[in-house]
Amino acid sequence: MHQQFILFFKSLIGSCKDLLPIILVIAFFQFAVLQQPLPNLGDIFIGLLLVVLGLTFFIYGLEMGLFPIGESMAQSFAKKGSIWWLLTFAFCLGFGTTVAEPSLIAVAKEAANVAAKGGIIELSKVAQAEYANGLRFTVAFSVGLAIVVGVLRIIRGWPIHYLIIGGYAMVVIMTAFAPKWIIGIAYDSGGVTTSTITVPLVTALGVGLASAIKGRNPMVDGFGLIAFASLTPMVFVMVYGMVIGG
Amino acid sequence: MAWSLVVDMALLLEFLNTLKATLIDVLPILSIILVFQLLVIRKPIPKVKQVGFGFFYVLIGLALFLLGLEKALFPLGKMMAEQLTDPQFIYAEQAINAIPSWLDYMWVYIFAAAIGFSTTIAEPSLIAVAIKAEEVSGGAINANSLRISVAIGVAIGIALGSFRIVAGHPIHYYIITGYIIVVIQTMFCPKMIIPLAYDSGGVTTSTVTVPLVAALGLGLASTIPGRSPLIDGFGLIAFASLCPIIAVMAYAQLTQINTHNKQNTK
Repeated sequence: MHQQFILFFKSLIGSCKDLLPIILVIAFFQFAVLQQPLPNLGDIFIGLLLVVLGLTFFIYGLEMGLFPIGESMAQSFAKKGSIWWLLTFAFCLGFGTTVAEPSLIAVAKEAANVAAKGGIIELSKVAQAEYANGLRFTVAFSVGLAIVVGVLRIIRGWPIHYLIIGGYAMVVIMTAFAPKWIIGIAYDSGGVTTSTITVPLVTALGVGLASAIKGRNPMVDGFGLIAFASLTPMVFVMVYGMVIGG
Repeated sequence: MAWSLVVDMALLLEFLNTLKATLIDVLPILSIILVFQLLVIRKPIPKVKQVGFGFFYVLIGLALFLLGLEKALFPLGKMMAEQLTDPQFIYAEQAINAIPSWLDYMWVYIFAAAIGFSTTIAEPSLIAVAIKAEEVSGGAINANSLRISVAIGVAIGIALGSFRIVAGHPIHYYIITGYIIVVIQTMFCPKMIIPLAYDSGGVTTSTVTVPLVAALGLGLASTIPGRSPLIDGFGLIAFASLCPIIAVMAYAQLTQINTHNKQNTK
């Protein structure tokens, strides 16, 4: 108990250090550049305290729960030897965590708004909701597919850079053909797909798989799943844009 | 006393609301894990009590973290982004130019870089990946150095992205140039770091960075004449996920050159 308390205290100090740059930046710009006092000092102090506590708990729980479960599941799947179940799991994990992602819902809504104003879809609530949902499912499907391809890569030991560079080439080619209004949304949709809980879980899954399969190096083969998850949505959202109104 | 109690109640209520939202967020992941663990793997979860507590801590931590950001950092950061991009601040001493010179926005670029760097250091998913990378590499990759390289990448990316909005250049020239740099670096970079470098592009843009950066982009695009927030406001995130890849590979290359030189002098 005593030891755990010291561990907790140490990570609390670590979180304070992580937060220090933000505090310095805000203080410098507020006082030296904008030359204004801070509003609601009490609120800011409470907020910072919550952020430090939250970060500490998150990292604590990460090493207790998220990392171990990701790795143990990867090892069980590797032992079971059923590649189909593993790929199904990979797809569900990618699709399931993305389709309900709040930042994706927000971006899809915004994009539908832009599309309606630009005259690409009808200016009605139904058409906008349909468009936003279509976008969300497109992104979720492409993240599911990305994790599947990434897991296949780990199993087969394909070098990552051919796949990623191939993906880049696809993005560049699609950019030339996709309608202009979808490009900004497509590029950004790659960034919003990977949430704070998905990332540790997917990382642990990749590293766990690479350490369980003979001949794979967890460093060279274990990472890279997130890279796929941020690349495929760009391609598929541009395809979606072309289908909707090229 | 009574007053502080009222404040605390409001805070608690807000916390419970955030907790509920986080729970809804985690629910799909949790159900997928449980379904596959119980129906496909058909084994009890190892160390189920510890894992359960871990999930509980992650939930509580994330909810506290988000609530704190909403309370303190986001309003402040967004307000500052608006003030810094306000023409009245930028042209304090001179008449407002009809055609803005990109040099007038120097403070905006510095702010963009500083906020990009500092929010990336506090990004929880990057911390997770960095911890894992240090563990897997047996300490060859230092978690803090990795985080600092990624943060430098985000800083450069967001500053460059802001410059692009001010200058009004089309986004895809920048992104395609970035891709070409990544491809060239991949050929010369130590193999071990490549997947991690690619990953670091995706992890930078989550909870902390996105809201602040989006506010900066929208502020810039809506105050500069001739820019549309719809077309130019988006796109900063794309810069923030491309530049860290370059930065992490550059870090690995520098370390390699360094150790090479040391071995030569020996």
